[in-house]
Amino acid sequence: MRTDELIELLSTNVEPVDHRQTVRSIHIAIAAGVVVALGVVFFALGPRADLTSAGAWIPALFKIAATAVLLVPASIFLIRLARPGGEYGTPTALIALPFIAIMVLAVISLVSAPGSHWKGLILSDDWLECLISIPLIAIVPFAVITWAVRQMAPTDLARAGAFVGLVAGCVSAIGYAFHCVDDSVPFFAVWFGGTIALCTFAGWKLGPKLLRW
Amino acid sequence: MVANEAELRSLMRAGLQGDAAAYRVLLSRLSANLRAYYKGRLARIGRSATEAEDLTQEALMAIHTRRHTYDPSAPLLPWVHAIARYKLIDHLRQTRALMSDVPVENAEDLLAQDDHTATESAYDVKGMLNQLPEKMRRTIQLTKLEGLSVAEAASRCNMSESDVKISVHRGMKALMASVARKRVPQ
Repeated sequence: MRTDELIELLSTNVEPVDHRQTVRSIHIAIAAGVVVALGVVFFALGPRADLTSAGAWIPALFKIAATAVLLVPASIFLIRLARPGGEYGTPTALIALPFIAIMVLAVISLVSAPGSHWKGLILSDDWLECLISIPLIAIVPFAVITWAVRQMAPTDLARAGAFVGLVAGCVSAIGYAFHCVDDSVPFFAVWFGGTIALCTFAGWKLGPKLLRW
Repeated sequence: MVANEAELRSLMRAGLQGDAAAYRVLLSRLSANLRAYYKGRLARIGRSATEAEDLTQEALMAIHTRRHTYDPSAPLLPWVHAIARYKLIDHLRQTRALMSDVPVENAEDLLAQDDHTATESAYDVKGMLNQLPEKMRRTIQLTKLEGLSVAEAASRCNMSESDVKISVHRGMKALMASVARKRVPQ
């Protein structure tokens, strides 16, 4: 076939398209991921038993807010990376800043506690549950967001995949924060931060396979 | 160069709103840039002009099927370049070339033009069209090849206008997908 024949084929009666539709579908996918994560936590794991007292709400809200501080810029970067060429001029390394901020808070909290308490602050009873739950809950959000991002034809698949993993990990962690009864900042930094980083790494590895178009 | 960008961008904006004439001009301008780009890249590693034409057409199809991902407030050429480069890397990966064959580049590598249109690609789109379900084939035939309006095609096929639109949309998607699958690794 000659190229001008193809151009004729593509341009004759060309349909108008809505360029906002794809960004909308990523927003919807992230929101759907949040709903799924909350659903799993409330119906399968169960929310923390003391959620009726203010003393439990404050640390739970801290965990949610701290994760949201990561989720919001991660979503903005993801939407940029999702378009062809979006990887140029997107300062994705800045996403390390919220991570560093949480680590600094964790170190401050450790330094202000006696050394004999450190182990309890970091390694409490449910570190293993946290390590397993967050990546597991992230699977469905990850799949939904991957589907939406693929519609936008990303051209840096590894980086776009990493941000899909990061967003899915944050979404999952926000849900899990309603279940997790461990309220120390070092615990949050190590186990929430670590599992979200793990999701990011998984996305980075899976991106080139799953996001190809 | 900047004038070129501005002009192409306004053609693209019009095309996104359904202006077929502007869209045709845009695609044929871009095809010259794409041809030069692919010929330059492929010649360096000893590939044929037919292969460059295949890739040019593939990039045009990708631009078409992914045109909803272009943000009208952003420059157009970096978007086109990203698609062109993605298709090149994808092609070289499938034909087992080394990634190191693709040099570092930027969007300005897309500014050269090549209007040599005599080369045909290896794709037989009309043949693939015949393999589509009858309804899709016929609506595409009427609206895309014979240039009838959607309303005329609808009355010709005894279909509603929205059915024709849906059928054309699905058919074009299937057609582009079958072209992408048919690419034979050398």
